[in-house]
Amino acid sequence: MSAEHASGADHTQGGERDGADVPQRSLNSGSATPVSVVACANGPLLVRGDFELVGTDGQELPRTRRTVALGRCGASVLKPYCDGSHKLIGFTTDP
Amino acid sequence: MKQPTPRGEISALVLATIAAPAPTQEESLVQLGTLVAERVSGTPDILRDDDLQLALFCLYELHYSGIDDAGDDWEWHPGLLGIRRLIEGAFEQAVRSRVVLGDLPDSSSEAVCAELFRMTGEDAGPSMSRFVARSATEDQLREFLVHKSIYQLKEADPHTWAIPRLTGRAKAALVEIQADEYGNGLPTRMHSALFARTMRDLGMDDTYGAYLDAVPAITLASNNLMSLFGLNRRLRGAIVGHLAAYEMTSSQPNRLHSRGFKRHGHGEEAREYFDEHVEADAVHEQIAGRDMAGGLVEQDPRLLPDVLFGAAAGIALDVLMTQHILEAWEAGRSSLHHVGAVAA
Repeated sequence: MSAEHASGADHTQGGERDGADVPQRSLNSGSATPVSVVACANGPLLVRGDFELVGTDGQELPRTRRTVALGRCGASVLKPYCDGSHKLIGFTTDP
Repeated sequence: MKQPTPRGEISALVLATIAAPAPTQEESLVQLGTLVAERVSGTPDILRDDDLQLALFCLYELHYSGIDDAGDDWEWHPGLLGIRRLIEGAFEQAVRSRVVLGDLPDSSSEAVCAELFRMTGEDAGPSMSRFVARSATEDQLREFLVHKSIYQLKEADPHTWAIPRLTGRAKAALVEIQADEYGNGLPTRMHSALFARTMRDLGMDDTYGAYLDAVPAITLASNNLMSLFGLNRRLRGAIVGHLAAYEMTSSQPNRLHSRGFKRHGHGEEAREYFDEHVEADAVHEQIAGRDMAGGLVEQDPRLLPDVLFGAAAGIALDVLMTQHILEAWEAGRSSLHHVGAVAA
Protein backbone atom coordinates (compact mmCIF):
# COMPACT_ATOMS: atom_id res chain seq x y z
CA MET A 1 0.00 0.00 0.00
CA SER A 2 2.79 2.42 0.79
CA ALA A 3 4.36 2.01 -2.65
CA GLU A 4 1.02 2.64 -4.27
CA HIS A 5 0.54 5.77 -2.24
CA ALA A 6 4.08 6.96 -2.85
CA SER A 7 3.49 6.92 -6.59
CA GLY A 8 0.14 8.61 -6.03
CA ALA A 9 1.93 11.47 -4.29
CA ASP A 10 3.72 12.34 -7.53
CA HIS A 11 0.59 13.87 -8.90
CA THR A 12 -0.83 15.61 -5.89
CA GLN A 13 -1.70 19.12 -6.85
CA GLY A 14 0.71 21.68 -5.58
CA GLY A 15 2.51 24.70 -6.77
CA GLU A 16 1.95 24.55 -10.47
CA ARG A 17 -0.89 27.04 -10.40
CA ASP A 18 -1.23 30.52 -9.07
CA GLY A 19 -5.00 30.67 -9.24
CA ALA A 20 -5.18 33.36 -11.90
CA ASP A 21 -7.58 32.69 -14.71
CA VAL A 22 -4.85 32.35 -17.30
CA PRO A 23 -3.72 29.20 -19.07
CA GLN A 24 -1.11 27.41 -17.00
CA ARG A 25 1.49 24.93 -18.16
CA SER A 26 1.23 21.74 -16.22
CA LEU A 27 4.19 20.31 -14.37
CA ASN A 28 7.32 21.70 -15.95
CA SER A 29 9.82 19.38 -14.36
CA GLY A 30 10.03 15.72 -13.57
CA SER A 31 8.47 12.93 -15.53
CA ALA A 32 4.98 13.49 -16.86
CA THR A 33 2.02 11.58 -15.42
CA PRO A 34 0.48 9.46 -18.17
CA VAL A 35 -2.75 10.83 -19.56
CA SER A 36 -5.94 8.83 -19.16
CA VAL A 37 -9.26 9.57 -20.79
CA VAL A 38 -12.39 8.00 -19.32
CA ALA A 39 -15.40 7.97 -21.62
CA CYS A 40 -18.12 8.40 -18.99
CA ALA A 41 -21.39 6.65 -19.76
CA ASN A 42 -23.98 9.20 -20.90
CA GLY A 43 -21.59 11.96 -19.92
CA PRO A 44 -18.30 13.73 -20.63
CA LEU A 45 -14.75 12.61 -21.33
CA LEU A 46 -12.81 12.79 -18.07
CA VAL A 47 -9.15 13.63 -18.78
CA ARG A 48 -6.44 13.15 -16.13
CA GLY A 49 -2.68 13.43 -16.14
CA ASP A 50 -0.21 15.87 -17.67
CA PHE A 51 -1.63 17.23 -20.90
CA GLU A 52 -2.12 20.48 -22.73
CA LEU A 53 -5.53 21.52 -23.92
CA VAL A 54 -5.21 23.73 -26.99
CA GLY A 55 -7.57 25.41 -29.42
CA THR A 56 -7.46 25.02 -33.19
CA ASP A 57 -4.99 27.92 -33.27
CA GLY A 58 -2.58 25.95 -31.09
CA GLN A 59 -3.04 28.33 -28.16
CA GLU A 60 -3.66 26.82 -24.78
CA LEU A 61 -7.29 27.08 -23.67
CA PRO A 62 -8.21 28.70 -20.36
CA ARG A 63 -8.07 26.00 -17.75
CA THR A 64 -8.36 26.20 -13.98
CA ARG A 65 -8.16 22.56 -12.95
CA ARG A 66 -5.86 19.67 -13.48
CA THR A 67 -8.48 17.00 -14.19
CA VAL A 68 -11.12 18.19 -16.65
CA ALA A 69 -14.41 16.92 -18.01
CA LEU A 70 -14.77 17.63 -21.73
CA GLY A 71 -18.39 17.85 -22.80
CA ARG A 72 -19.64 15.72 -25.66
CA CYS A 73 -23.41 16.32 -25.58
CA GLY A 74 -23.09 19.74 -27.21
CA ALA A 75 -25.29 21.56 -24.69
CA SER A 76 -22.69 22.89 -22.24
CA VAL A 77 -22.40 26.64 -21.83
CA LEU A 78 -18.80 26.17 -20.69
CA LYS A 79 -17.49 24.47 -23.84
CA PRO A 80 -15.24 22.65 -24.16
CA TYR A 81 -15.88 21.78 -20.53
CA CYS A 82 -18.86 19.85 -19.23
CA ASP A 83 -21.41 21.73 -17.11
CA GLY A 84 -23.72 18.78 -16.42
CA SER A 85 -26.15 19.71 -19.21
CA HIS A 86 -26.06 16.17 -20.64
CA LYS A 87 -28.36 15.12 -17.79
CA LEU A 88 -30.97 17.72 -18.73
CA ILE A 89 -31.09 16.83 -22.42
CA GLY A 90 -31.08 13.07 -21.93
CA PHE A 91 -27.78 12.60 -23.78
CA THR A 92 -26.93 8.94 -24.16
CA THR A 93 -23.76 7.19 -25.24
CA ASP A 94 -25.52 3.92 -25.92
CA PRO A 95 -24.97 2.86 -29.53
CA MET B 1 -17.31 28.86 17.14
CA LYS B 2 -19.15 31.19 19.50
CA GLN B 3 -21.65 29.61 21.86
CA PRO B 4 -25.10 29.47 20.27
CA THR B 5 -28.30 30.35 22.13
CA PRO B 6 -29.88 27.22 23.70
CA ARG B 7 -33.21 26.02 22.31
CA GLY B 8 -34.40 23.97 25.25
CA GLU B 9 -33.22 22.24 28.40
CA ILE B 10 -30.97 19.70 26.68
CA SER B 11 -29.00 22.13 24.53
CA ALA B 12 -28.83 24.49 27.52
CA LEU B 13 -27.40 21.77 29.73
CA VAL B 14 -24.93 20.61 27.05
CA LEU B 15 -23.62 24.15 26.63
CA ALA B 16 -23.45 24.79 30.37
CA THR B 17 -21.70 21.46 30.96
CA ILE B 18 -18.96 21.92 28.38
CA ALA B 19 -18.33 25.50 29.55
CA ALA B 20 -17.05 24.07 32.86
CA PRO B 21 -14.08 21.73 33.55
CA ALA B 22 -14.98 18.07 33.05
CA PRO B 23 -14.13 16.86 36.59
CA THR B 24 -16.81 19.19 38.03
CA GLN B 25 -19.58 18.01 35.73
CA GLU B 26 -20.33 14.42 36.75
CA GLU B 27 -23.78 15.32 38.07
CA SER B 28 -24.64 17.35 34.97
CA LEU B 29 -23.73 14.40 32.76
CA VAL B 30 -25.98 12.06 34.74
CA GLN B 31 -28.83 14.56 34.50
CA LEU B 32 -28.16 15.04 30.79
CA GLY B 33 -28.25 11.29 30.23
CA THR B 34 -31.66 11.06 31.87
CA LEU B 35 -33.06 14.02 29.94
CA VAL B 36 -31.75 12.79 26.60
CA ALA B 37 -32.99 9.22 27.12
CA GLU B 38 -36.49 10.55 27.83
CA ARG B 39 -36.47 12.97 24.93
CA VAL B 40 -35.18 10.66 22.20
CA SER B 41 -37.99 8.23 22.91
CA GLY B 42 -40.60 10.98 23.36
CA THR B 43 -39.84 13.48 20.62
CA PRO B 44 -42.46 13.48 17.86
CA ASP B 45 -39.82 14.09 15.16
CA ILE B 46 -36.14 14.24 15.97
CA LEU B 47 -35.39 15.82 12.57
CA ARG B 48 -37.39 18.88 13.61
CA ASP B 49 -36.49 18.87 17.31
CA ASP B 50 -34.61 22.17 17.71
CA ASP B 51 -33.28 21.30 21.15
CA LEU B 52 -31.88 17.88 20.19
CA GLN B 53 -30.52 18.98 16.81
CA LEU B 54 -28.72 21.96 18.34
CA ALA B 55 -27.33 19.78 21.15
CA LEU B 56 -26.07 17.25 18.60
CA PHE B 57 -24.61 20.00 16.42
CA CYS B 58 -22.66 21.35 19.42
CA LEU B 59 -21.43 17.89 20.40
CA TYR B 60 -20.16 17.33 16.86
CA GLU B 61 -18.65 20.82 16.74
CA LEU B 62 -16.18 19.76 19.45
CA HIS B 63 -14.54 17.69 16.66
CA TYR B 64 -14.38 20.63 14.22
CA SER B 65 -13.66 24.19 15.33
CA GLY B 66 -14.58 23.70 18.99
CA ILE B 67 -16.91 25.98 20.92
CA ASP B 68 -15.82 29.13 22.76
CA ASP B 69 -15.28 28.48 26.47
CA ALA B 70 -15.53 24.69 26.05
CA GLY B 71 -12.33 22.93 27.11
CA ASP B 72 -10.63 20.77 24.46
CA ASP B 73 -10.76 17.79 26.85
CA TRP B 74 -14.48 17.45 26.22
CA GLU B 75 -13.97 16.15 22.67
CA TRP B 76 -13.18 12.60 23.82
CA HIS B 77 -14.86 12.66 27.24
CA PRO B 78 -16.49 9.20 27.56
CA GLY B 79 -19.55 10.50 29.41
CA LEU B 80 -20.22 13.20 26.83
CA LEU B 81 -19.61 10.78 23.95
CA GLY B 82 -22.25 8.54 25.54
CA ILE B 83 -24.76 11.41 25.39
CA ARG B 84 -23.87 12.03 21.76
CA ARG B 85 -24.36 8.37 20.91
CA LEU B 86 -27.82 8.40 22.47
CA ILE B 87 -28.87 11.32 20.27
CA GLU B 88 -27.14 10.19 17.08
CA GLY B 89 -28.48 6.65 17.47
CA ALA B 90 -32.05 7.93 17.53
CA PHE B 91 -31.25 10.34 14.71
CA GLU B 92 -29.81 7.60 12.50
CA GLN B 93 -32.81 5.38 13.19
CA ALA B 94 -35.19 8.19 12.23
CA VAL B 95 -33.31 8.84 8.99
CA ARG B 96 -33.15 5.15 8.10
CA SER B 97 -36.89 4.79 8.64
CA ARG B 98 -37.55 7.63 6.15
CA VAL B 99 -35.28 6.42 3.39
CA VAL B 100 -36.48 3.67 1.09
CA LEU B 101 -33.92 2.12 -1.23
CA GLY B 102 -34.88 0.52 -4.53
CA ASP B 103 -33.47 -2.73 -5.84
CA LEU B 104 -29.71 -2.87 -5.38
CA PRO B 105 -27.64 -2.71 -8.56
CA ASP B 106 -24.75 -5.11 -9.03
CA SER B 107 -21.55 -4.10 -7.29
CA SER B 108 -19.54 -3.01 -10.35
CA SER B 109 -18.38 0.59 -10.27
CA GLU B 110 -20.34 1.44 -13.45
CA ALA B 111 -23.56 0.02 -12.03
CA VAL B 112 -23.11 1.89 -8.73
CA CYS B 113 -22.34 5.11 -10.60
CA ALA B 114 -25.39 4.68 -12.84
CA GLU B 115 -27.67 4.01 -9.85
CA LEU B 116 -26.38 7.13 -8.05
CA PHE B 117 -27.02 9.22 -11.17
CA ARG B 118 -30.50 7.69 -11.42
CA MET B 119 -31.31 8.47 -7.77
CA THR B 120 -30.03 12.04 -7.95
CA GLY B 121 -31.76 12.66 -11.27
CA GLU B 122 -35.22 11.80 -9.98
CA ASP B 123 -37.62 14.67 -9.47
CA ALA B 124 -37.36 15.25 -5.72
CA GLY B 125 -40.08 17.87 -5.39
CA PRO B 126 -39.91 21.66 -5.36
CA SER B 127 -36.68 23.13 -6.64
CA MET B 128 -34.77 25.65 -4.56
CA SER B 129 -32.46 26.48 -7.45
CA ARG B 130 -35.29 27.31 -9.85
CA PHE B 131 -36.87 29.52 -7.19
CA VAL B 132 -33.57 31.29 -6.56
CA ALA B 133 -33.03 31.78 -10.30
CA ARG B 134 -36.48 33.19 -11.05
CA SER B 135 -38.29 34.50 -8.02
CA ALA B 136 -36.26 34.97 -4.83
CA THR B 137 -36.14 38.49 -3.42
CA GLU B 138 -32.90 40.02 -2.16
CA ASP B 139 -33.91 39.17 1.42
CA GLN B 140 -34.62 35.60 0.38
CA LEU B 141 -31.19 35.35 -1.26
CA ARG B 142 -29.71 36.35 2.09
CA GLU B 143 -31.80 33.76 3.91
CA PHE B 144 -30.65 31.20 1.37
CA LEU B 145 -27.05 32.07 2.22
CA VAL B 146 -27.82 31.86 5.95
CA HIS B 147 -29.06 28.26 5.57
CA LYS B 148 -26.12 27.32 3.37
CA SER B 149 -23.54 29.03 5.60
CA ILE B 150 -23.77 26.38 8.30
CA TYR B 151 -22.15 23.88 5.94
CA GLN B 152 -20.51 25.96 3.23
CA LEU B 153 -18.20 27.84 5.64
CA LYS B 154 -16.69 24.45 6.44
CA GLU B 155 -17.41 22.96 3.04
CA ALA B 156 -15.85 19.51 2.50
CA ASP B 157 -14.78 19.00 6.13
CA PRO B 158 -17.31 16.28 7.11
CA HIS B 159 -16.34 14.17 4.10
CA THR B 160 -12.64 14.56 4.83
CA TRP B 161 -13.11 12.32 7.90
CA ALA B 162 -13.48 9.45 5.42
CA ILE B 163 -10.01 9.76 3.85
CA PRO B 164 -8.05 7.51 6.28
CA ARG B 165 -10.87 4.95 6.16
CA LEU B 166 -10.58 4.36 2.42
CA THR B 167 -7.81 2.81 0.38
CA GLY B 168 -6.67 2.61 -3.22
CA ARG B 169 -8.91 3.91 -5.99
CA ALA B 170 -11.67 5.19 -3.69
CA LYS B 171 -9.18 7.08 -1.52
CA ALA B 172 -7.36 8.64 -4.48
CA ALA B 173 -10.70 9.77 -5.88
CA LEU B 174 -11.85 11.33 -2.60
CA VAL B 175 -8.53 13.14 -2.19
CA GLU B 176 -8.69 14.39 -5.79
CA ILE B 177 -12.12 15.90 -5.08
CA GLN B 178 -11.16 17.31 -1.69
CA ALA B 179 -7.98 18.90 -3.05
CA ASP B 180 -10.19 20.92 -5.40
CA GLU B 181 -12.61 21.75 -2.56
CA TYR B 182 -9.69 23.04 -0.52
CA GLY B 183 -8.37 25.25 -3.31
CA ASN B 184 -5.42 23.08 -4.42
CA GLY B 185 -3.19 24.79 -1.90
CA LEU B 186 -4.51 28.31 -2.46
CA PRO B 187 -6.45 29.49 0.60
CA THR B 188 -8.42 32.08 -1.34
CA ARG B 189 -9.63 29.37 -3.76
CA MET B 190 -11.02 27.15 -1.02
CA HIS B 191 -14.72 26.72 -1.66
CA SER B 192 -15.42 27.83 1.91
CA ALA B 193 -13.44 31.00 1.20
CA LEU B 194 -15.35 31.63 -2.05
CA PHE B 195 -18.60 31.24 -0.11
CA ALA B 196 -17.38 33.65 2.58
CA ARG B 197 -16.67 36.19 -0.16
CA THR B 198 -20.24 35.86 -1.45
CA MET B 199 -21.53 36.52 2.06
CA ARG B 200 -19.32 39.57 2.50
CA ASP B 201 -20.43 40.90 -0.86
CA LEU B 202 -24.01 40.84 0.43
CA GLY B 203 -22.94 42.61 3.61
CA MET B 204 -23.25 39.50 5.76
CA ASP B 205 -21.08 38.19 8.58
CA ASP B 206 -18.80 35.44 7.19
CA THR B 207 -17.65 34.18 10.61
CA TYR B 208 -18.16 30.45 10.95
CA GLY B 209 -21.35 29.83 12.91
CA ALA B 210 -22.42 33.49 12.93
CA TYR B 211 -25.93 32.54 11.84
CA LEU B 212 -26.31 29.32 13.78
CA ASP B 213 -29.06 30.85 15.92
CA ALA B 214 -30.97 31.75 12.77
CA VAL B 215 -31.36 28.32 11.19
CA PRO B 216 -34.22 25.90 11.87
CA ALA B 217 -33.79 22.35 13.17
CA ILE B 218 -34.00 20.79 9.71
CA THR B 219 -30.97 22.80 8.53
CA LEU B 220 -29.06 21.60 11.60
CA ALA B 221 -30.22 18.04 10.87
CA SER B 222 -28.89 18.22 7.31
CA ASN B 223 -25.50 19.21 8.74
CA ASN B 224 -25.62 16.69 11.58
CA LEU B 225 -26.22 13.94 9.03
CA MET B 226 -22.84 14.60 7.44
CA SER B 227 -21.08 14.57 10.81
CA LEU B 228 -22.87 11.35 11.81
CA PHE B 229 -21.68 9.69 8.60
CA GLY B 230 -18.21 11.25 8.69
CA LEU B 231 -17.34 10.57 12.32
CA ASN B 232 -18.39 6.91 12.40
CA ARG B 233 -16.12 4.58 10.47
CA ARG B 234 -18.88 1.97 10.24
CA LEU B 235 -20.78 4.53 8.11
CA ARG B 236 -17.92 5.13 5.63
CA GLY B 237 -20.14 3.85 2.84
CA ALA B 238 -22.79 6.40 3.76
CA ILE B 239 -20.44 9.40 3.84
CA VAL B 240 -19.09 8.38 0.43
CA GLY B 241 -22.61 8.03 -0.98
CA HIS B 242 -23.56 11.36 0.58
CA LEU B 243 -20.66 13.16 -1.11
CA ALA B 244 -21.47 11.53 -4.45
CA ALA B 245 -25.07 12.73 -4.17
CA TYR B 246 -23.96 16.25 -3.28
CA GLU B 247 -21.61 16.39 -6.25
CA MET B 248 -24.29 15.01 -8.57
CA THR B 249 -26.82 17.66 -7.54
CA SER B 250 -24.56 20.67 -7.81
CA SER B 251 -23.59 21.77 -11.34
CA GLN B 252 -26.95 22.82 -12.74
CA PRO B 253 -28.39 24.09 -9.42
CA ASN B 254 -25.35 26.31 -8.96
CA ARG B 255 -25.77 27.68 -12.46
CA LEU B 256 -29.31 28.66 -11.46
CA HIS B 257 -28.14 30.11 -8.14
CA SER B 258 -25.66 32.28 -10.04
CA ARG B 259 -28.48 33.46 -12.31
CA GLY B 260 -30.56 34.48 -9.30
CA PHE B 261 -27.74 36.54 -7.81
CA LYS B 262 -27.03 38.14 -11.19
CA ARG B 263 -30.73 39.04 -11.49
CA HIS B 264 -30.31 41.15 -8.35
CA GLY B 265 -27.22 42.87 -9.72
CA HIS B 266 -24.59 40.93 -7.78
CA GLY B 267 -21.27 40.91 -9.61
CA GLU B 268 -18.83 38.22 -10.62
CA GLU B 269 -17.07 38.22 -7.25
CA ALA B 270 -20.29 37.40 -5.42
CA ARG B 271 -21.22 34.78 -8.00
CA GLU B 272 -17.85 33.10 -8.32
CA TYR B 273 -18.71 30.56 -5.63
CA PHE B 274 -21.64 29.33 -7.73
CA ASP B 275 -19.88 29.63 -11.10
CA GLU B 276 -16.88 27.66 -9.83
CA HIS B 277 -19.16 24.81 -8.78
CA VAL B 278 -20.75 24.48 -12.21
CA GLU B 279 -17.48 23.36 -13.80
CA ALA B 280 -15.87 21.78 -10.73
CA ASP B 281 -18.78 19.54 -9.85
CA ALA B 282 -19.29 18.37 -13.43
CA VAL B 283 -15.82 16.87 -12.92
CA HIS B 284 -16.36 15.81 -9.31
CA GLU B 285 -19.62 13.98 -9.95
CA GLN B 286 -17.91 11.63 -12.41
CA ILE B 287 -14.99 10.95 -10.06
CA ALA B 288 -17.32 10.59 -7.06
CA GLY B 289 -19.75 8.21 -8.71
CA ARG B 290 -17.35 5.96 -10.58
CA ASP B 291 -14.01 5.99 -8.75
CA MET B 292 -14.94 6.90 -5.18
CA ALA B 293 -18.37 5.31 -4.58
CA GLY B 294 -18.05 2.68 -7.32
CA GLY B 295 -14.45 1.96 -6.40
CA LEU B 296 -15.37 1.50 -2.73
CA VAL B 297 -18.18 -0.93 -3.52
CA GLU B 298 -15.93 -2.93 -5.86
CA GLN B 299 -13.44 -3.23 -2.99
CA ASP B 300 -16.09 -4.15 -0.45
CA PRO B 301 -19.51 -5.06 -1.90
CA ARG B 302 -21.00 -5.25 1.63
CA LEU B 303 -20.93 -1.43 1.67
CA LEU B 304 -23.28 -1.09 -1.31
CA PRO B 305 -26.50 -0.59 0.72
CA ASP B 306 -24.87 2.07 2.91
CA VAL B 307 -23.44 3.94 -0.09
CA LEU B 308 -26.94 4.19 -1.56
CA PHE B 309 -28.41 4.96 1.89
CA GLY B 310 -25.96 7.84 2.37
CA ALA B 311 -26.94 9.30 -1.00
CA ALA B 312 -30.67 8.84 -0.40
CA ALA B 313 -30.46 10.27 3.13
CA GLY B 314 -28.60 13.36 1.94
CA ILE B 315 -31.21 13.96 -0.74
CA ALA B 316 -34.12 13.29 1.65
CA LEU B 317 -32.99 15.76 4.31
CA ASP B 318 -32.23 18.44 1.76
CA VAL B 319 -35.71 17.94 0.28
CA LEU B 320 -37.20 18.52 3.76
CA MET B 321 -35.04 21.62 4.16
CA THR B 322 -36.13 22.96 0.78
CA GLN B 323 -39.78 22.28 1.63
CA HIS B 324 -39.41 24.14 4.93
CA ILE B 325 -37.85 27.17 3.24
CA LEU B 326 -40.17 27.37 0.23
CA GLU B 327 -43.31 26.83 2.33
CA ALA B 328 -42.31 29.75 4.53
CA TRP B 329 -41.53 31.98 1.57
CA GLU B 330 -44.73 31.09 -0.24
CA ALA B 331 -46.66 32.03 2.90
CA GLY B 332 -44.84 35.36 3.03
CA ARG B 333 -42.83 34.39 6.13
CA SER B 334 -39.15 34.13 6.88
CA SER B 335 -37.74 30.60 6.82
CA LEU B 336 -35.40 31.36 9.69
CA HIS B 337 -35.57 30.39 13.34
CA HIS B 338 -34.64 33.81 14.68
CA VAL B 339 -35.40 36.39 12.06
CA GLY B 340 -33.45 39.13 13.85
CA ALA B 341 -30.25 37.11 13.57
CA VAL B 342 -29.98 37.66 9.82
CA ALA B 343 -28.90 41.30 10.20
CA ALA B 344 -25.37 41.84 8.94
